[in-house]
Amino acid sequence: MTTLSIVLVLALLLVVFGLLFRLQILTSIFSGSSNREVGVSNRVNAILFMVFLLGGGAWFAWSFVENFDKMNPPIASVHGLATDKMFWVSMAILGVAFVLTQVLLFWYSYRYQHKENRRAFFFPHNNKIEVIWTLIPAIVMAALVFAGWKEWTRITGPAPKDAVVLEVMGKQFNWLVRYPGRDQKLGVVNYRLIDAVNEFGFDLSDQNGVDDFTAGEIHVPKGHPVLLRIRSRDVLHSVYMPNFRVQMYAVPGMPTKFWFTPTKTTDEMRAQTGNPNFNYELACNQICGRGHFAMKMSIIVDEPDDYVAWFAKQKSFSEQNPEVLASFKQKSDKLVDKAPATPAAAAVVTPTAAKASL
Amino acid sequence: MAANFPTQEQVQGGIGATEPGHDHAHHDEHHEQSFLQKYVFSTDHKVIAKQFLITGIFWAIIGGALSSLFRLQLGWPEATLEWLKPFLGKWIEAGKLNPEFYLALVTMHGTIMVFFVLTAGLSGTFSNFLIPLQIGARDMASGFMNMLSYWFFFGSSVIMFASLFIETGPAAAGWTIYPPLSALPQAIAGSGAGQTLWLVSMALFIISQLLGGVNYITTVINLRTQGMSMSKLPLTIWAFFLTAILGLLSFPVLFSAALLLIFDRSFGTSFFLSDIYIAGQALPNTGGSPILFQHLFWFLGHPEVYIVIMPAMGMVSEILATNARKPVFGYRAMIGSLLGISLLSFIVWAHHMFVTGMNPFLGSVFMFLTLIIAVPSAVKVFNWLATLWRGNIRFTTAMLFSIGFVSLFIAGGLTGIILGNAALDIQLHNTYFVVAHFHLVMGSSAFFGLWAGVYHWFPKMFGRMMDEKLGYLHFWLTFAGVYLVFLPMHYVGIAGFPRRYYAWTGFDTFSQFADLNKFISVAAIIAFLGQFIFIFNFFYSIWRGRRATENPWNSTTLEWTTPVVPGHGNWPGDIPAVHRWPYDYSKPGAEEDFIPQTVPYSQTQSSNLPYEKEME
Ligand code: HEM
Ligand SMILES: [Cu+2]
Ligand SMILES: [Cu+2]
Repeated sequence: MTTLSIVLVLALLLVVFGLLFRLQILTSIFSGSSNREVGVSNRVNAILFMVFLLGGGAWFAWSFVENFDKMNPPIASVHGLATDKMFWVSMAILGVAFVLTQVLLFWYSYRYQHKENRRAFFFPHNNKIEVIWTLIPAIVMAALVFAGWKEWTRITGPAPKDAVVLEVMGKQFNWLVRYPGRDQKLGVVNYRLIDAVNEFGFDLSDQNGVDDFTAGEIHVPKGHPVLLRIRSRDVLHSVYMPNFRVQMYAVPGMPTKFWFTPTKTTDEMRAQTGNPNFNYELACNQICGRGHFAMKMSIIVDEPDDYVAWFAKQKSFSEQNPEVLASFKQKSDKLVDKAPATPAAAAVVTPTAAKASL
Repeated sequence: MAANFPTQEQVQGGIGATEPGHDHAHHDEHHEQSFLQKYVFSTDHKVIAKQFLITGIFWAIIGGALSSLFRLQLGWPEATLEWLKPFLGKWIEAGKLNPEFYLALVTMHGTIMVFFVLTAGLSGTFSNFLIPLQIGARDMASGFMNMLSYWFFFGSSVIMFASLFIETGPAAAGWTIYPPLSALPQAIAGSGAGQTLWLVSMALFIISQLLGGVNYITTVINLRTQGMSMSKLPLTIWAFFLTAILGLLSFPVLFSAALLLIFDRSFGTSFFLSDIYIAGQALPNTGGSPILFQHLFWFLGHPEVYIVIMPAMGMVSEILATNARKPVFGYRAMIGSLLGISLLSFIVWAHHMFVTGMNPFLGSVFMFLTLIIAVPSAVKVFNWLATLWRGNIRFTTAMLFSIGFVSLFIAGGLTGIILGNAALDIQLHNTYFVVAHFHLVMGSSAFFGLWAGVYHWFPKMFGRMMDEKLGYLHFWLTFAGVYLVFLPMHYVGIAGFPRRYYAWTGFDTFSQFADLNKFISVAAIIAFLGQFIFIFNFFYSIWRGRRATENPWNSTTLEWTTPVVPGHGNWPGDIPAVHRWPYDYSKPGAEEDFIPQTVPYSQTQSSNLPYEKEME
């Protein structure tokens, strides 16, 4: 029914439009304006360019100011402060170029509209100005690139030795997270070992993996560098944390990484934004299928002490899934005579151990 | 429908009668040409151009309609779309758009617009139409290959169109079809038969591009009329020529990527697949790299964006000069910047991959190279501005669109400089900021170039004029519409909204801007509907438009020396020789404000510049 009425309305509009069009043609034939080479409409168009410049410019300025607060996601990382500053400085420089060129374009269009007794100025080239306006953008660009390059190398440089390490793994359509446990070493994983329980594909015959634990949300300590190790187990995903200005693809078969330093705890950010429900979020930013748009995870930035306490409370994967561990034990028992595995001891995470990891 | 172009037949018949038979290669064929030969399997570049144009318009309507559908979803994520059920059938589930179908819409929109409209529709139309006419040739070097080029494109179109209707839906992995998503039907239904059809269609498309490109290049090199040296070519031809070279060098790489992907999909190879566990199963593939695909894709993909924009740049330069009644400023710099852009466009591709895990050192290298390419782009803008300066501007519809082109190219190009900065791209990659960037600089600008070209060369194509008033309405509506859609989109992007999201409602971070998204959707849909003004004007004018004269814009280039509607072979008599560059507008001392390229210096002694005196 709605569809039908929409179609009807459209058809009616078409008829009205057609009639108006015929009318317009007839009047222009009678008034003779269809034969004039450059008529009144030239002037109208010239004026419209000025109207567009002024009206459009005003609308742009207004809407920009109106939305400015909303378009800046609060920053909570060290490099984010730097890149945001660089972004707005670059935008300001480019904004000047934008305004200048647009004003000239519209102004020239208006100013040099056709006049019956004027002749255009024959001005095929001028080497001097051409050199100048090649050099100016080249210099500006060089400056922008240099600033960007310095920042980029710092951001992508090696993570500090004392960084907190955790692994984020993308899968359709959620994120999995694992921490290295008190030994600070992520154990070996193998995608062929993945099943409904062992979602990471832990290979627990590797001792380093025995104390690894998984988590339902990401916790990181404020003020400490955090190194994300990133993997995917099916298609491409992208780890995107807008508040930390962090992004890196998750690529099956090719682990990637990104490190950053959070600067504000979740509580501090809640206070700052006045939103008691504020949460840092991890979003997927590379098309990955049906659930792409809902592939998220919360990130909690804790005070370092709280982080240590949280870390201490976590139970290792092997402890929570003794049968998985047992199955590896069986396998390795078959291979080796006696494996001196002491999973229970490894799984006990003491606060001091977590602290040592900071 | 082409059968009903009355003027064409009329004029062609007229030429046949008066034409001196000896210098017209196709003379004998004229009279016996059947309908099929003349309009369907035609080898005439002008007919082929119209075939590309009309197919392109068809695709543009489809592509635009798809975008209106997903803008509905983005503007009103909570609304029920039950009323679309008659069109979309099972893709509406309980009043909601199926999220996978949403991705398919985005994918097909991008594919259609980039390849079928702005590559085939734009350069297919105007390279074909203008190259022989502007260089003074009877036709393309190989009319037969040219015909094949269109029919491969047609075949490719049929397959792509068919893929819209299949059970599992069309391809849905994005227009960049990154594997593994595009390789695994388990990952998304569109990667089944839909993706297969996509790949087959693109393979045919690439063949079409290569056939066309070889022809354009050969024709420009070999078939220029007497006196038409490379330094007397109109900028349009330079642009088409370099575009064809870019296509010839880069499309084969996409072909190879598509081929390898076909192998991975159907024959168990592992070029792009490794370590995958999906749908409860570990796949045997190891050792492949999804990043390799991205390198191959963007090695085409980046030149592709210039393949799209350069023809528009060429036409805009031409139209600005004609209607400002001034020489294009810095003709040589314009050619130089086209050359620079062409060269550089091959060595910047990885700026699409800063955060894919590619070695950061490579990121630095590509950042440097990327920002260099902004310089020739800036030079072009300055030269266009200087062309307007102290002109005597006639606002034909084509001129309006050309000025609009410059405005949009500036707006979109500047944000490229932000994105080319790897450190800033970390936050902005795959957000709506990128979407806004390329829709302004590529999508809208190239469309504006396309419209400018259609309005400008319509009289030569169909012997009639398009309605100017409707043209003005079309322009102002579209110009305003484009800015209303894409300027606010930057705000959304700066706020970090990811692209290709079915809805943002699941995230607190992306909860603002519901109103702005609604606004964008309204503007987009109105702007889309506004295009029907153009469609109407176009088809109406083919049959009922005001009759054109030979040279309605008082232009200097060769195509305007042909009859109102040039027939087979373009010039009834000898091909005219060329004596001067194409931009002698408003030359001091000349009687008229334009001197066609065919006028020798000996006839213009009053206006010759000192160094031209020798050539009298
Ligand atoms: C002024 C020079 C330009 C620079 C520095 C530049 C830079 C960039 C960069 C770095 C990206 C990648 C952004 C990302 O994915 O994170 C990008 C995307 C894009 N650019 Fe540009 N650009 C420029 C001009 C152009 C032009 C002239 C066109 C087309 C005519 C264009 C079309 C595109 C397209 C289509 C994409 C997005 C592809 C996609 O991800 O779907 N750009 N540009
Ligand atoms: Cu995703
Ligand atoms: Cu690019």
